Amino acid sequence: MSEEQDLIEDEELDLSTLPDDELVLQMHDDLYDGLKEEIEEGTNILLERGWGPDKVLSDALVEGMRIVGIDFRDGILFVPEVLLSANSMKGGMKILRPLLAETGALPVGKAVIGTVKGDIHDIGKNLVGMMWEGAGFEVIDLGINNPVEKYLEAIEEHKPDILGMSALLTTTMPYMKVVIDELCNKGIREDIIVLVGGAPLNEEFSVAIGADAYCRDAAVAVETAKIMIEQRRSASKTLEKAAA
Amino acid sequence: MIGLENQRRRGRNSRKVNQDKHTVSLEKWAERLEPSDKILILACGALAKEISALIRLNGWSHLKTRYLPAILHNTPEKITEQLRMVLQSSQTKFSKIFIGYADCGTGGKIDSLLDEFDVQRLPGAHCYEFFAGKQTFAEIIKEEIGSYFLTDFLVKAFEKLVWQGMKIDRHPELLPIYFKHYKKLVYLAQSENLELQTQAHEIAGRLGLVYEKRVTGYGELEHSLTALTAT
Repeated sequence: MSEEQDLIEDEELDLSTLPDDELVLQMHDDLYDGLKEEIEEGTNILLERGWGPDKVLSDALVEGMRIVGIDFRDGILFVPEVLLSANSMKGGMKILRPLLAETGALPVGKAVIGTVKGDIHDIGKNLVGMMWEGAGFEVIDLGINNPVEKYLEAIEEHKPDILGMSALLTTTMPYMKVVIDELCNKGIREDIIVLVGGAPLNEEFSVAIGADAYCRDAAVAVETAKIMIEQRRSASKTLEKAAA
Repeated sequence: MIGLENQRRRGRNSRKVNQDKHTVSLEKWAERLEPSDKILILACGALAKEISALIRLNGWSHLKTRYLPAILHNTPEKITEQLRMVLQSSQTKFSKIFIGYADCGTGGKIDSLLDEFDVQRLPGAHCYEFFAGKQTFAEIIKEEIGSYFLTDFLVKAFEKLVWQGMKIDRHPELLPIYFKHYKKLVYLAQSENLELQTQAHEIAGRLGLVYEKRVTGYGELEHSLTALTAT
């Protein structure tokens, strides 16, 4: 079949005629291509067919973004494409968010995230926040240019499991250590998992500043957050048993 | 949905990866060169005009230049990779090699590479800093953290590198995602060029930013090359 025929067929595609499994695969493709309206349409169709909002989120949206994340990591997709995909996912999330809230399901964890002081870049931070939310976390986004006081206030108020810090500049990334040192000074460092990310960071830097992990991209941030929360909960159960 | 009609419903299978073409030419670039006592300036294409002007102005005939595409700044992880290829192939062909890059968003990766090959680079985090000078740059940022910088090169290349390169032309919805936190456009001018000033002003308007122009000349670029040629 020629590319032209492909395109003609594409334009005739009606999402509502696809069976569930094909529709989900089509949504992965549409997410990959950053087609927001189609993602919203697909989300509504699956809901109308009786899918739960959590299943639409995990099977169609999060799985689609996972594929986008892999190709971003591998240098096949670049920032503009990932942003268009994320924008499409946001469209789907907007429909699902109130429905998810109605289910009363408990979040898998709570996370505070923000870009550090002196830095106004938030593209990566927003992607991580969105993917955490998609994975069932409650996310408190502090925005950009956050001094240490703002992180501390948010930790005090929300009691999160995770603190996520982001920086794009080599000049601002050292500020992450200022925040971690202050957590140590306040005696609350061990109460929270600290994850860091941003283009100029690496594993070595994360270790040097005393973070729990460096997250290379949003997909890694999701996996790391889940694993570390699980580890922490298992460890505290073991301690409780030992104490009993 | 501007311009998307022909891209619909294609997904992951539509992507074809062809990254080998440029890689091969970089690896083989120095093969045909005879060893010489010249100094190689291996630099970003965004500095080509300025470096050439300085060479001409100062009669630095013992400098040879090789430029990598400026668009690599849209994917900084590739800068180090491509620098390594040229360094590997050319290190025995020149008396010295100097890197015409700052850190340029590589997060210290260029510096690790430089340590490995025992070569030096331009100072600072990026070209805005070495054109403006470290102190002036820090003052601009202190005054307005949401400062977006352009140089002569970037004014000329804005359409291609930023507007098209970041796909704002086809997806205007990306504009606020990229620029929502910027307040001011600072044009760091290497030359007094009215046409570029008009263009820079127009870009500021397009991005909805306050416009400011500062003439920096060649800044630390000139100092670094002068020091290099004096050694």
